[in-house]
Amino acid sequence: SCHDGLPIGLQHNNIDDYVEAEPVFEASKYGSLWPLPQKVQISEVSFKLTSSSFRIVDAKASSAGPSCSLLQSAYRRYYEYMFGSAKKQWWSKNNRRSDPSDLSELQVWITSPDSECDGYPSVTSDESCEYLPFLVHVMFYGLETFSQLVFEDEYGAKSINAAIINDFPRFQHRGILLDSSRHFLPIKVILANLETMAMNKFNVFHWHIVDDQSFPYLSRTFPQLSEQGAYHPYTHVYTPADVKMVIEFARLRGIRVIPEFDTPGHTQSWGKGQKDLLTPCYSGSKPSGSFGPVNPILNTTYDFMAQFFTEISTVFPDGYVHLGGDEVDFTCWKSNPDIQKFMEQQHFGDDYRKLESFYIQKLLDIVTSTKKGYLIWQEVFDNGVKLKPDTVVHVWIGGGSDKEMSSVTAAGYTTILSAPWYLDYISYGQDWQKYYKVEPLNFEGTDEQKKLVIGGEACLWGEYVDATNLTPRLWPRASAVAERLWSAKDVTDIGDAFNRLSLHRCRMVERGIPAEPLFSSYCPHEYKGV
Amino acid sequence: MLKFVSLLLALSFCQGLQHNNIDDYVEAEPVFEASKYGSLWPLPQKVQISEVSFKLTSSSFRIVDAKASSAGPSCSLLQSAYRRYYEYMFGSAKKQWWSKNNRRSDPSDLSELQVWITSPDSECDGYPSVTSDESYELTVNQPVAVLKAPKVWGALHGRIYTRFELNFCPPTLHLFQKSINAAIINDFPRFQHRGILLDSSRHFLPIKVILANLETMAMNKFNVFHWHIVDDQSFPYLSRTFPQLSEQGAYHPYTHVYTPADVKMVIEFARLRGIRVIPEFDTPGHTQSWGKGQKDLLTPCYSGSKPSGSFGPVNPILNTTYDFMAQFFTEISTVFPDGYVHLGGDEVDFTCWKSNPDIQKFMEQQHFGDDYRKLESFYIQKLLDIVTSTKKGYLIWQEVFDNGVKLKPDTVVHVWIGGGSDKEMSSVTAAGYTTILSAPWYLDYISYGQDWQKYYKVEPLNFEGTDEQKKLVIGGEACLWGEYVDATNLTPRLWPRASAVAERLWSAKDVTDIGDAFNRLSLHRCRMVERGIPAEPLFSSYCPHEYKGV
Repeated sequence: SCHDGLPIGLQHNNIDDYVEAEPVFEASKYGSLWPLPQKVQISEVSFKLTSSSFRIVDAKASSAGPSCSLLQSAYRRYYEYMFGSAKKQWWSKNNRRSDPSDLSELQVWITSPDSECDGYPSVTSDESCEYLPFLVHVMFYGLETFSQLVFEDEYGAKSINAAIINDFPRFQHRGILLDSSRHFLPIKVILANLETMAMNKFNVFHWHIVDDQSFPYLSRTFPQLSEQGAYHPYTHVYTPADVKMVIEFARLRGIRVIPEFDTPGHTQSWGKGQKDLLTPCYSGSKPSGSFGPVNPILNTTYDFMAQFFTEISTVFPDGYVHLGGDEVDFTCWKSNPDIQKFMEQQHFGDDYRKLESFYIQKLLDIVTSTKKGYLIWQEVFDNGVKLKPDTVVHVWIGGGSDKEMSSVTAAGYTTILSAPWYLDYISYGQDWQKYYKVEPLNFEGTDEQKKLVIGGEACLWGEYVDATNLTPRLWPRASAVAERLWSAKDVTDIGDAFNRLSLHRCRMVERGIPAEPLFSSYCPHEYKGV
Repeated sequence: MLKFVSLLLALSFCQGLQHNNIDDYVEAEPVFEASKYGSLWPLPQKVQISEVSFKLTSSSFRIVDAKASSAGPSCSLLQSAYRRYYEYMFGSAKKQWWSKNNRRSDPSDLSELQVWITSPDSECDGYPSVTSDESYELTVNQPVAVLKAPKVWGALHGRIYTRFELNFCPPTLHLFQKSINAAIINDFPRFQHRGILLDSSRHFLPIKVILANLETMAMNKFNVFHWHIVDDQSFPYLSRTFPQLSEQGAYHPYTHVYTPADVKMVIEFARLRGIRVIPEFDTPGHTQSWGKGQKDLLTPCYSGSKPSGSFGPVNPILNTTYDFMAQFFTEISTVFPDGYVHLGGDEVDFTCWKSNPDIQKFMEQQHFGDDYRKLESFYIQKLLDIVTSTKKGYLIWQEVFDNGVKLKPDTVVHVWIGGGSDKEMSSVTAAGYTTILSAPWYLDYISYGQDWQKYYKVEPLNFEGTDEQKKLVIGGEACLWGEYVDATNLTPRLWPRASAVAERLWSAKDVTDIGDAFNRLSLHRCRMVERGIPAEPLFSSYCPHEYKGV
């Protein structure tokens, strides 16, 4: 219903190494469904939907009723997606009467006794796929799929084909990493992307909230961290109310919010507000005035971390927190005489990885005492730090990530994959195809090992993105990752994916999201912003 | 236009790339420091900035016509420019109210900017052209600043250098106070033709997007909008003479077309900003969408002895083709006031012509042998004659020159093919033609990192040739082809990358300090963001006022 015929041809294509053939649009038998459900039967028979008479209602036997505000707000959201604004509805109300052959109702039936309506989604919510449709958080997926089946005929009337869909995700952890440190991301941008994540059935927002460049998280316990470490203490911070809003907005869309507080490296901005937290670097026998990673030899460091992560454990309801642990540069530690002395005392020799592990193990103990699980970047595993069995190892280093997946899972740890999905790296052409073709389980390992891969994340690091360009850079490229993580392993037809994704991106545009085009084409309703 | 440049405060740039696992990406990232030229972009030809500064108060500051100016209150071009830049400088009425009530003017304030058009004919109601005088002189001193320009076009480029200081009142409430340094600026462009190509055929670009980018072009002193309006994919130009072209050839006949009123609005909006609008109607290739509404215009391709059902370039052997082109370009010559039209002529694929028996017969009759370039030239020469009869000059892509087509002496040859573009510039200018360069500035090609530096480092006159030849290079264009851009991503993809091209084409040849450029461009991009343009960041950093959209 969206495009007909995308002509091929690239004007002025003087990049010699760009030779990939461009797919030509045809209608997919699956219409605009994205990501593709596990089992789909679509009939030729179609019914009309009339905004004036169509209703989304709780089934009588449902365990979630009108008091489940999570569902009620989802009903409204999807009603508006399908029928547009009140103005549009008024028009259709006055121009078309309902018909006995119309589809009049969508009944939403939560079958499990505990609907989890007021809870938070968690990694175990969707553990047993068989029971998926019984839980309220996965109901969003059903509503999204229903709305994706609705199409507009040539007169603008909404219709839906008779269909039976049985659906569940292939992987439980389907995430997007956004980085609010390299550039501050206004709340509006984060919410718009949570909204788009829901349209793509992502369920984890990995919030890389602080880093070297800035510390926008306003800590109640240590307000000086953002006062000194944010780009600006008032305009470029996330207040407790902001964070709460993000978490609730995400919850209403079945999305977990996992914050990352990366230490001991990537912490330059922490040092501005917290004296003595970072290691003073030396130039010869004197402090050089610059600072390195978190100082691992002071008790005050661990006192600080204990208080800080206690706060984090109460602010963020998710069962997991991401502790980073990547890219620790040892140069500064090596230059510092106190650190050298400590290394000697601990018999670490010259192996600064042992010092890193010393720090991380103490940190993991602290976080464990706050009753949280943790994710860590792969270096922490590589460096042989002792980890709790439920640690999630995050594989990010490109080149050899299959070997890393093998060894992490061989060691018995659960893991998530990001290495092939660094969306901040851009190139000319349809790079979504590259992301789409990734098979996360394509590594040497037993079936048991493969089961330890619980998903992956698309990462959009922030060096080159901010509110001006983040959304079109992320979508629909991340949609390719969404389908890989949700749909069955054998859903790999790139032509069919192009056809569905073209329509899916137009749907995102129609819903107000500036998702960039795949290739020359048009949408019936182009983006209205600039 | 008087560009009131706000020097935005304290950007901090930290080094370091997390998770940088692209091995071949090794370029060092510049670190931000304040430039002695503040946020000026593109850098004027001659600048003297003094340490002395004056305050500006929105309630008392005025932009006025100088008494001796040849352009007065009836010059709506200047009057609307005054308003636009007053608002850029002092913000919305709401902000002004606040500052009005919180600060009184002072005798040491700068109270007035006088705009003085010195030539008897201000050209206020005219259109900018390739020969427009865009120079200006700006003297900022107390109590009045004077902006002198021979024509209105120069006045549009004049800029006042202002700086604002940020005071914290009650937390979150900012009081802006603008100040300006005493300065003398003498400015003119290095090249006359400084263009942006946008492609509204691969993706339809809503008028709003085009206008926003014209606005941004003015902020960057671009003066040519090269409107690649139609192509194979769609024909959104609504022709009064041949309405079926867009009825059949546009992506959608009502929602994806440019009506005559739309085109008029674009042209006037551009004129008020000193920008020429040069439309491109590319033939004989790149014309698939034309064929949908105009029967027999395109060559039927053959598969063996039968038409295959598909079509090739414009059919050059039919008289009806030239009748159509004469009528069509007569319309174009009245709709678009600029003295030039771009006729394309690039990438003609001969396969279809070769397959067609009527074309083969024609080739024989004309003694063209097997050289289909001769057939192409045959078509183009007839087309050039037609367009010449409409009193327009023309630009053409370099292939038309390469294929030896006879050109009028004032033809502008547009060099686009990457690799060897310096040789092409040599031969085009050696043949005595004026030329513009686009080959190094294809902004649709994207890559990771600060690719603006690559565009910035280009020197357009870096080719073998005499001084006379170099003078034939009248400028260049940054091209943003439309395969992968539409309203969702066009603006941040174009800006501030095109700003690098803007400075290369405006400023003096020796303005090449990449570190200083980074410092000024960082502020310039924040200024664009503050004016509502989603110009993307150069690197990790922040703007005092981040983009408010999504």
